[in-house]
Amino acid sequence: MSRRPYVRRVPRSWWLHKPRYVLYMIRELTSLFVGLYCALLVVGLVRLAQGQAAWDGFLAALSSPLGVAFQLVCLVFAIYHSVTWFALTPKAMPLVIKDQPVPGIVIVGAHYVVWAAVSIVVLIGAGI
Amino acid sequence: MSETIALEVLRYDPETDNEPYCQSYTVPYKEEWVLLDALNYIKDNLDATLSYRWSCRMAVCGSCGMMINNEPKLSCHTFLRDYRGGVIRVEPLDHFPIERDLVIVMDSFMDKLSSVKPYLIPKQEKPLSAGEYLQSPGELNVFHQYTQCINCLLCYAACPQCGLSGDFVGPAALALAHRYNLDSRDGGKDARAEVVASNEGIWECTFVGACSQVCPKQVDPAAAIQQTKISASVDWLKDLLRPGAHR
Amino acid sequence: MARSNKPMLWLPFAGGGLVAALVTPVLILITGVLVPLGVLHLRYETIAAFTHNPIGKVVLFGAVALPAWHAAHRLRMTAHDLGLGGGIAIKGACYGMAGLLILAAAGALIKM
Repeated sequence: MSRRPYVRRVPRSWWLHKPRYVLYMIRELTSLFVGLYCALLVVGLVRLAQGQAAWDGFLAALSSPLGVAFQLVCLVFAIYHSVTWFALTPKAMPLVIKDQPVPGIVIVGAHYVVWAAVSIVVLIGAGI
Repeated sequence: MSETIALEVLRYDPETDNEPYCQSYTVPYKEEWVLLDALNYIKDNLDATLSYRWSCRMAVCGSCGMMINNEPKLSCHTFLRDYRGGVIRVEPLDHFPIERDLVIVMDSFMDKLSSVKPYLIPKQEKPLSAGEYLQSPGELNVFHQYTQCINCLLCYAACPQCGLSGDFVGPAALALAHRYNLDSRDGGKDARAEVVASNEGIWECTFVGACSQVCPKQVDPAAAIQQTKISASVDWLKDLLRPGAHR
Repeated sequence: MARSNKPMLWLPFAGGGLVAALVTPVLILITGVLVPLGVLHLRYETIAAFTHNPIGKVVLFGAVALPAWHAAHRLRMTAHDLGLGGGIAIKGACYGMAGLLILAAAGALIKM
C-alpha cells in the first residue's frame, strides 16, 4: 500500500470564508486607525513645537470636514478596539483571590470603570 | 418512504486519485442520529470503501474530528437534526494532509505534543521514601481545565495560524504545556520554554480565539497561550535584568 | 527552536493596547468632535504649558508612542495573515514607521 498524502493549500482569502475570521480581521485592522490617529497626534505635537500659528492651523485642519470625517472613522474603530481588548483581558490575566477565580465579567467591568474614569480626567484636563 | 438527508463527502484514494473529489450519499434521517451514525450507515450499507476515524462515540476519545459544513466538529457530537432539510458537507480536518477520505495525517501533531515535554518535571528529585506530592483542591483547580484536552485537533483545524504555518506548535500542545507549567508539583517551565517560548511556539499566535470556540471540552487553549505569553515575557525581562539568575 | 526575543516587541505592544483602549477614544472625542464643535478650545498657551512640565511630556509621549507601537506590531502580524509576507520589508515598514512617529513625538516634546 502506498501513501500519498494530499496537501490542501490555504487560499489568501481564508479570512473571508467565515464570519469569525472576518470579525478577527476587523479587530486587527482597528490598529490601522489607532496608528493613523497617532500619526495625526504626532503632527499636532510637531505643530505645537513650531509655535502658535502652526498649532492654530492644526486645530483648523482637525475641524475641517475631512478632518472630522477621518477622526469619526478612527473613533468607531478605537472604540471597537477598547471593547474587544477588555473582553479578552480575563483570558490573558485570570485573577484568583483566595482560591476563588474572579468572574471574567468583574475584570471586564473594572476595565470599563477605569476607562470612564480616565476619560473624565482627560476631559477635565482638556478644559471641559 | 421515510425521511432522508443528503451528505456530500470528500473522497480521496492515494492509490487511484490525483485529487480529492466529492461524493454524494443519501442516508436515513433519524432524530437521535449523529453524523457518525450516518457515516457508519454509509459504510455498512452503501459504500464499504469510505474511511474515517472513530472510537468512543461519546466525545471523549478525540478520534472523529472532521469539517462539517466548514466547521471543525466531532462527528459523534454533531446531530443530524441540526442540519435537517439541508445538505451536510463532510470533509477531513483543515490544515492537515489527507491520508485517505476523512483520515488525516497527524504525525506533525504527535511530534509537537511530545516536544513540549508533557509530563511532570519535578523541581527537585524526591526519593520514594520522601512520600507523595501533596496538592490542595485550590492548586488542582488552577490547571484542571487544561487537563481536559482529548487531542481531537479541532483547534488546529480552526486556527488560521496553523493554516498559514505548518511549524506552529499549535493550541492543544501549548495548552498542555500550560497544564504542566501551572501544576504545583512541576518545575519544568524552563525546560519547556525552548519550544513553548520559541517563534514557532506561543509567538506564532495572534489570539484569533477560534481554537477555544471550537473546543468540545472547553479547554480554552487561547487563554493558555496568552497567559504563557505574559509568563514568558516576564521571564524574558528577568533574564535581561539578571541573566540566568531565575533558573 | 530557541527562546524568542519576541517579548521585546510584544511587551510594548501589550502596553500600547491598554493605553489605546483607555485613552485613545477620549482623545479622538476631544480632537474630532469637541474641538470642531467648539465645546473645547485647546488653546496654545494651555497645551504648551502642559508640555513644559516633564510629567506632561511623559504623559503625552506615552499616549502617542505606545499606541503607535501597538499599531505597528499588530499591522506587521496582520500583513502576514493577509499573505503580504513577514520578511524584513514588512517589519522595516511597520516598526520603521512607528520609530519615526516616536522620534518625531519625542523631538517635538523635548523642544517644548
